[in-house]
Amino acid sequence: MSEDDLQQATLELALRLGDDALVLGQRLSEWVSNAPYLEEDIACANVALDFIGRARMYYGYAAELAADGRCEDDFAYLRSEREFHNYLILELPRGDFAFTQVRQLLVDLYNSGFLAQLCRSRDATLAAIAAKAMKETRYHLRRSREWVVRLGDGTEESKRRTQQALEELWGYTHELFEPDTLEQQLAQAGIGVDTRMLKAHWQQELEALAREAGLHLPQNDWAVRGGRTGYHTENLGHLLMELQSIHRAYPGCQW
Amino acid sequence: MADSQLELFEVFIRSKRGLDHKHVGSLHAQDHAQALEYARDCYTRRSEGVSIWVVKSSDICASQEEDSECFFDPSDDKPYRLAGYYRLPDPVDNM
Amino acid sequence: MQGDANDRELEHSFLRRIGEEQKIEPKDWMPEAYRQSLLRQISQHAHSEVIGMQPEGNYLTRAPSLRRKAVLLAKVQDEAGHGLYLYSAAETLGTPRSEMIAALQSGAAKYASIFNYPAQTWGDVGAIGWLVDGAAIVNQVSLQRTSYGPYARGMVRICKEESFHQRQGYEIMLMLAQGSAAQRRMAQDSLNRFYWPALMMFGPTDSASAHSARAMQWKIKRETNDELRQKFIDQTVPQIEFLGLQHPDPEICWNAERNHYDHGEIDWDEFYAVINGNGHCNRQRLAHHIRAHRAGAWVRDAVAAHQQKLAQRTAAAT
Repeated sequence: MSEDDLQQATLELALRLGDDALVLGQRLSEWVSNAPYLEEDIACANVALDFIGRARMYYGYAAELAADGRCEDDFAYLRSEREFHNYLILELPRGDFAFTQVRQLLVDLYNSGFLAQLCRSRDATLAAIAAKAMKETRYHLRRSREWVVRLGDGTEESKRRTQQALEELWGYTHELFEPDTLEQQLAQAGIGVDTRMLKAHWQQELEALAREAGLHLPQNDWAVRGGRTGYHTENLGHLLMELQSIHRAYPGCQW
Repeated sequence: MADSQLELFEVFIRSKRGLDHKHVGSLHAQDHAQALEYARDCYTRRSEGVSIWVVKSSDICASQEEDSECFFDPSDDKPYRLAGYYRLPDPVDNM
Repeated sequence: MQGDANDRELEHSFLRRIGEEQKIEPKDWMPEAYRQSLLRQISQHAHSEVIGMQPEGNYLTRAPSLRRKAVLLAKVQDEAGHGLYLYSAAETLGTPRSEMIAALQSGAAKYASIFNYPAQTWGDVGAIGWLVDGAAIVNQVSLQRTSYGPYARGMVRICKEESFHQRQGYEIMLMLAQGSAAQRRMAQDSLNRFYWPALMMFGPTDSASAHSARAMQWKIKRETNDELRQKFIDQTVPQIEFLGLQHPDPEICWNAERNHYDHGEIDWDEFYAVINGNGHCNRQRLAHHIRAHRAGAWVRDAVAAHQQKLAQRTAAAT
């Protein structure tokens, strides 16, 4: 890949990672004033804030690479469903508290593997963002692990809900470990991460945790893919409509 | 069915190295581990701490108002334990 | 008879403490009415913080820039935190949080009526931070000297955090006021709608306030409703001028003799109408709280069940 192509690909990667963080942060922020008790409102807001902060760092870097006058908000507020390249699992509605915590577990575990690799990127900015995000993710994972064990090993109802969430989410996890050509090229160039390498450890950790929580990992009998190419579920349109509504209603304004 | 109430914990935070842990408030949690995490989320949002203690409120044994006479009054007549009790000549005043 | 004499002596030493500006602490003897009065005020304050998450929380998913989204998220999170500090102060009086929440949901306990007004536009998010938090801060600064120790300490902590709330709100207004014509209109409209309700946050005039006199005597309250309101009115005039917006009170006028601004009449009928259930959001706010609380019941049960299982396993292992 030429340097120019590489830069273009890095820009696309930064946008993908920014989209991932923004969409999940948006979903988590919906818990504020809706959590099971006050301490959780505060804790969920902290995690949401970490993801919004992460989105701003990735978009900020994308703006720097694009160097065409666009800023973080242009990426977040002025792109459409088809232009967002986040993973599908992140855009699914927040569901109940079990759904949210199981999704967090799946994603936090993925992120901890991913960020540990991205820390070593030869792209200094991505490596720095990853180093910061890694600290946050260690805490996120601690929380989501404990919640899934607590809910799995709680009441009959909490166990049922947690297992059900796992079933509903499982088919969306496969694409996390299926890098497209662009991501593979970036990994080869020492910039990105080959996520295929992360799956074995991810699966192993999950199996141990499921045992502890009295849950079982679902069969791999379905898979939905498409986030990285902008082929989304119907949920993303609604999410973006809400997220972008005020910004788009007053074109060109400062806030 | 009665609403499940989690346990009450008291939170103490060391704001920087070299200082004492100071009581900052309380929170509800399942156990010590969760109480520590919530203390982090609820009481250190602005980097107020470098160390956290949590204690079950029910484990705190407090002196009682009615004991205060026999606990604390006896020290009132022992001013000789305080430096200010001793008058020193001016040239050595900073002892 | 001896008990009565003893009570009188305790009350005497309680009042002496108050007179000497000493704090009352949880284990101290206190008159039952003082305890009740504190519990009412602190829990109402806590409920207000928690219900107060809703109007702005309503904009978390729509904030018009990522910076604003992060700031608002931190701000609404602080409201939850402040609710927690206050529940924590109220729990030192011996009433568990679950009871306070039940009282809120049954309507037995109140929260600040200001949160029954709808946050309709982004400008309202600015006006709420600037005016509603601004008014709250005037009140809370005064309460840092309240006679009950845990409440006073909670207030110190809250005041320290809250000034960012007012500033972020004013910054939103400033951006709108300096923005497009539509944004300026939005700012003026929000100011017009929130100015008067913010004045009402200080409560009825001193002559009409039911709880004021004794709360002042016990130093639960340190300044009267009207004194605090006047402070807020005075400090807000130059802020409105700087925004270049029109003051919503046509009668606002500097009085050199009083060294304060004179102001127009507050519409107390509206105040009582909203308190009595005729605000746009009274039902919605409570319903939201009840819905979230109920939806969380199975989670709280699961936490308790898990804890029990752990305890049983530990017991079985030893």
